[in-house]
Amino acid sequence: MDHIVDTRRGRNDRTLMPGGQAFITETRSAAREAGITLFDVTDPDQGIVHVISPELGIVLPGCTLIAPDSHTCTQGAFGALAWGIGSSEAEHALATGVLRLSRPKTLRVTFTGALSPGVTAKDMILTLIARHGAGGGKGHVVEFAGETVTALDMEARMTLCNMATEFSAMTGIVAPDEKTFAWLEGRRYAPAGELRAQAVKHWQPLHTDEGAQFDAEIVIDASSIEPMVSWGTSPEHSIGISGTVPSGAPERALLYIGLETGQRLAGTPIDAAFIGSCTNSRLSDLRRAAALLKGRRVAPGVKALCVPGSMHVKRAAEAEGLDAIFEQAGFEWRESGCSMCFYAGGESFAPGSRVISSTNRNFEGRQGPNIRTHIASPEVVAASAIAGCIADPRELRS
Amino acid sequence: MTPFTVLTSVAAPLLRDNVDTDAIIPSREMKSTGKTGLAAGLFAPWRYLSPGSRDPDPAFVLNQPRYANAHILLGGDNFGCGSSREHAVWALAEYGIRAIIAPSFAPIFAGNCIRNGVLPVVLDRGSVATIAAANEPVTIDLAQQQVEAGSQRWNFAIGAEAKAMLLEGLDGIELTLKHRERIAAFQRADRLARPWIYFSTQP
Repeated sequence: MDHIVDTRRGRNDRTLMPGGQAFITETRSAAREAGITLFDVTDPDQGIVHVISPELGIVLPGCTLIAPDSHTCTQGAFGALAWGIGSSEAEHALATGVLRLSRPKTLRVTFTGALSPGVTAKDMILTLIARHGAGGGKGHVVEFAGETVTALDMEARMTLCNMATEFSAMTGIVAPDEKTFAWLEGRRYAPAGELRAQAVKHWQPLHTDEGAQFDAEIVIDASSIEPMVSWGTSPEHSIGISGTVPSGAPERALLYIGLETGQRLAGTPIDAAFIGSCTNSRLSDLRRAAALLKGRRVAPGVKALCVPGSMHVKRAAEAEGLDAIFEQAGFEWRESGCSMCFYAGGESFAPGSRVISSTNRNFEGRQGPNIRTHIASPEVVAASAIAGCIADPRELRS
Repeated sequence: MTPFTVLTSVAAPLLRDNVDTDAIIPSREMKSTGKTGLAAGLFAPWRYLSPGSRDPDPAFVLNQPRYANAHILLGGDNFGCGSSREHAVWALAEYGIRAIIAPSFAPIFAGNCIRNGVLPVVLDRGSVATIAAANEPVTIDLAQQQVEAGSQRWNFAIGAEAKAMLLEGLDGIELTLKHRERIAAFQRADRLARPWIYFSTQP
């Protein structure tokens, strides 16, 4: 229960999305009939599937995990083979317990060096997609490797793997390590006690052998990455925040987004700011945004929302007082769900709005008819909300 | 599923890269929990003049009279990227599109096509442009793995299983259930080797 649920306070089965309530009630009765556990609208564990599955220890290293949602690749961060499928394949999996697939090709993306302050996993994946294209992954399983990836915490690894689908990869994966095992300890569905000891022993060797051959390799110097922001209508239309709209940009994308070749992105006025989605709605994302928002105010006229990825994230953030920071800054503080990452006829921004968003897709109409989306990290969203225009979070820090 | 053997049709060119499934069918057009009634929402953001309206935009390729009966679509790179929604393929199939020729497809979309009797044909960008420019009926012969337009022919590659499923209109579930015994044997052995993968009861 994530895409369709309402995220306004006091929610129930009613949603602004046409047909949404029927979807919720039919899913509930079908789950009950089939004996499938459902994290329902009012469940304390409710949230975006790719946030709650790791939270509850459902995804584990070495497991095969599928869901009828393209961002299932998020969970490759745990060293699972996790990928998105369509409804027919979901039906196949439920009916047979397996899927039919051909062995995918492999691509290793190695990040070297340290990230500069204010640069995040979101900027790493946007850099990869900007340099190699939204089709660059071409159905491969992408292993994210290298010292930069190893240094990322689990939540950042999830952000990195989340957008493997925006690279047209089958999925992304990170080799599980001690950080992974520690993160899973004590989670409800993760093995405990003797079983955990046995499992960890099984998980430890789950990494690529030295000298293994991949079908393709990409190496990126992570120290050269700056905060990224999209200028067009595909995630491949992304540049460093100090950059300008490149020459040769497709006219159709420029027409939709209302920018011109050579124009600086920083300083472009925005109408709204959104923090949320399976890409960037976890506790660490909210903490980093709150650190910038603390004691500051959203610029007048900017509609700003924060939608935690799960009710667990929401409660943890509230326990730290993050909700107060967001609200005092002028952000709405919502119940968890996918919310305005996409538009399904329910809630949207004002017509024609330019939105800075911590989400994963800047397609035409993704957040509503004629809504112009710029995707970026939670830091860039927070800094831009304060400035009232696309802004570099590093300038706020100093 | 309707088998796919040989198809001859005019081919409508939509030669944009990264045509995403939000464009093929926006979420707002997916109002029911069923697979039908989606054709009217196909390409809604481009096909109609304003959001929510049904006034055709005459500039959009499928609204041009010569492509009115197109069963083949020509696309750009990374066709069908974005959301895994199978509604995109259901909408295309219900509208009457049986094959898409493009330089590359997003993987989930291509899988969804095969499971719904829609053939994804990969040809290089130049060949797709040539077919679009030829503006003649296109014939796709799946058994021969061949596309023909005017006097020109192109061969295309497709996985053996996908080909068999399309040619015979097979259902993957039936194919898989033939291996029921082997699947059960694997699961028995795996349950012993990795018991933590299988939660048998609600914790």
